[in-house]
Amino acid sequence: MPRQQNGEVQRHTFAVLVENQFGVLGRITGLFSARGFNIESLSVAETEDPSVSRITLVTAGDDMILEQVNKQLNRLIDVIKVTDLSEEPHVDREMVLIKVNTEDFRRAEVFRIGEIFRAKIVDVTAKTYVLEVTGDEGKIGAVIDLLKPLGIKEIVRTGKIAIGRGQGAM
Amino acid sequence: MQGAEIFIESLLAEGVDTIFGHPGGAILPINDALYSGRIRHILTRHEQGAVHMAEGYARATGRPGVVLVTSGPGGTNVVTGLADAFMDSTPIVVFTGQVPTGVIGNDAFQEADIVGITRSCTKHNYLVRDVKDLARTIKEAFYIAASGRPGPVLVDIPKDVANASTDFSYPDSVDIRGYRPTTLGHAGQIRRAAEMLAAAERPVIYAGGGVIHSEAAAELHELGEFAATPVTNTLMGLGGFPGRHDLWLGMLGMHGTYTANMAMDQADLVIAVGARFDDRVTGNLEEFCVGAEFIHIDIDPSSIGKNIPVTLPIVGDVKMCLQRLLKELRAMEGKDWYAAHASWLTQIAEWQRDFPLLYEQDPDGELMPQYVCEQIYEVTAGEAIITTEVGQHQMWAAQFYHFMKPRHFITSGGLGTMGYGFPAAIGAQIAYPDRTVIDIAGDGSFQMNVQELATAVQYDLPVIVAILNNHSLGMVRQWQQFFYEGRYADTSLEVSPDYVKLAEAYGAVGLRATKPDEVRPALEEAIRLRRPVVLDFVVKMTENVFPMIPTGGSIKDMLLA
Repeated sequence: MPRQQNGEVQRHTFAVLVENQFGVLGRITGLFSARGFNIESLSVAETEDPSVSRITLVTAGDDMILEQVNKQLNRLIDVIKVTDLSEEPHVDREMVLIKVNTEDFRRAEVFRIGEIFRAKIVDVTAKTYVLEVTGDEGKIGAVIDLLKPLGIKEIVRTGKIAIGRGQGAM
Repeated sequence: MQGAEIFIESLLAEGVDTIFGHPGGAILPINDALYSGRIRHILTRHEQGAVHMAEGYARATGRPGVVLVTSGPGGTNVVTGLADAFMDSTPIVVFTGQVPTGVIGNDAFQEADIVGITRSCTKHNYLVRDVKDLARTIKEAFYIAASGRPGPVLVDIPKDVANASTDFSYPDSVDIRGYRPTTLGHAGQIRRAAEMLAAAERPVIYAGGGVIHSEAAAELHELGEFAATPVTNTLMGLGGFPGRHDLWLGMLGMHGTYTANMAMDQADLVIAVGARFDDRVTGNLEEFCVGAEFIHIDIDPSSIGKNIPVTLPIVGDVKMCLQRLLKELRAMEGKDWYAAHASWLTQIAEWQRDFPLLYEQDPDGELMPQYVCEQIYEVTAGEAIITTEVGQHQMWAAQFYHFMKPRHFITSGGLGTMGYGFPAAIGAQIAYPDRTVIDIAGDGSFQMNVQELATAVQYDLPVIVAILNNHSLGMVRQWQQFFYEGRYADTSLEVSPDYVKLAEAYGAVGLRATKPDEVRPALEEAIRLRRPVVLDFVVKMTENVFPMIPTGGSIKDMLLA
């Protein structure tokens, strides 16, 4: 019987409903650091119910670790519900703001790439654009790859947010 | 009503009769309110003593132990006890004073972020920012500490909150939407468990502290006997099954019996009941119970499948699950369990006969620590509450005192906290003033909370400390002998106090025994006196604990002598 399954490492996206109280995020991040689990991205905000916050958390590990992530999150008193969205059809999005160098006649090229990815230009100077891009992981990765050679000066990402498909709700 | 009064009313509503604590500036409003004497406050000499006393009280009674300390160092001094209680699932509620809300975060005098510090070693914790939340918070704290998988809860109360006033009403119930422990156990899974047990040829029940916490010793006893299935206990589970019974295999794990470890190794089905596959039990996971399937009954889902993949998980309260499992088994007709397990039980009886726990006491030779433990068992007729510190003496107590009933053995299992046993004994003695309570201690561990002798004397507690004095940190020394080529770095306690004089200096009684024939009279005298007594048993320094499976090893690495 296999024991410590050093199984294949997978990335999973968890949606976590928590009490909207101070210190809750500390409990969650503390749990991950104390047990040596990874947090690849994390985003938090209030839900339609102001007493509840929703966290979208991306982590990686083998089956045993992912199961422990789920169970350890559930063990926290302030955690109301945990869903492993990777186990079901879901939509995920991330928004990124990218400040790109537009000097030396690169302005048109940056503009064109932005159009292809349906980015918005939300700030313009003589030397830079700030692009706002929303999409799934693949799209965000692709736009960054294309802009990199042109000169990315600064980048900020919201981290992934995700929601299950269909009529059901958390 | 003032916050400090709300505190007292709330504790009375929870049925609290005793608090263990140490005062200080930020908690003074509450100490002042306690001056009325409506709840007994035990003044300890160190906050660590207070928290271990609360643990001892909780483990002896099953009711939460309560601690009251001040801010800053008062809080940081309880951290070890919180971590200890968290590992061993001991229900305690710790109240800390905090600097006034207006100066929190300003590095005020005796300020520490105790909620931040203790987040990872409590089941839950609270900072009460408004006196209106105080009663509800206390209600929740006791509920969380004692329900589900029990554990420590800390409530931090700023001084201005204790001084502020509001209307008082104590809630009748709690509703925490993120905390609803599953207790009943899944009916289908329990039926499957019964089927697996019926199909097994070499089953073993591996029972841990969960049996004690859920008061399931009677059910475990019944299950073992009904299904003719042998039982082994973890350190935390001792007393969960009678320590003298044909079906009892002894403790398992690193210093477990040959029989218990062999039975686990040869089993085709292991039923884990309120246990968590700790590394001191399993050793090398790859070689642990290789031929067995696992059923795991535990109230904490995160304990299931953490170290070992389990064939059949059952989340629920151990007592309820065992009751329902027994019902399923009784409904199976025509199975002769004893006949079905006859060859398995014969094999076990052979192991027990051929590989008992062994030591030799030369009547004229050095005093053996195992002999002292056996004598303590004999003199107390197995009825004493035994606490221990951590180390060799702890293992000898576990091996040679035969625990027949639950809540008679109180030890620091998960965290392995030296200095635990003496204050834990005081806590148990306060819960049961008329019982015999003995801390089987090492000389190293006893010195870690020796200051509580003053507490024992002040409250006139007949608690007994039996030091197995080998003038060294014996368990570490044993590892140095086996794994560090006898390089005894930092394990000799060549400078030690005279424990008899030390006891006398505190106003307790000190007695010393150095020869085998002095042991029994000293114990009888200590019990007869009904006063705090320190017994200094000067034992053989180089004696080691056997059997031993080295860290990360397996059954084939077991050293028998």
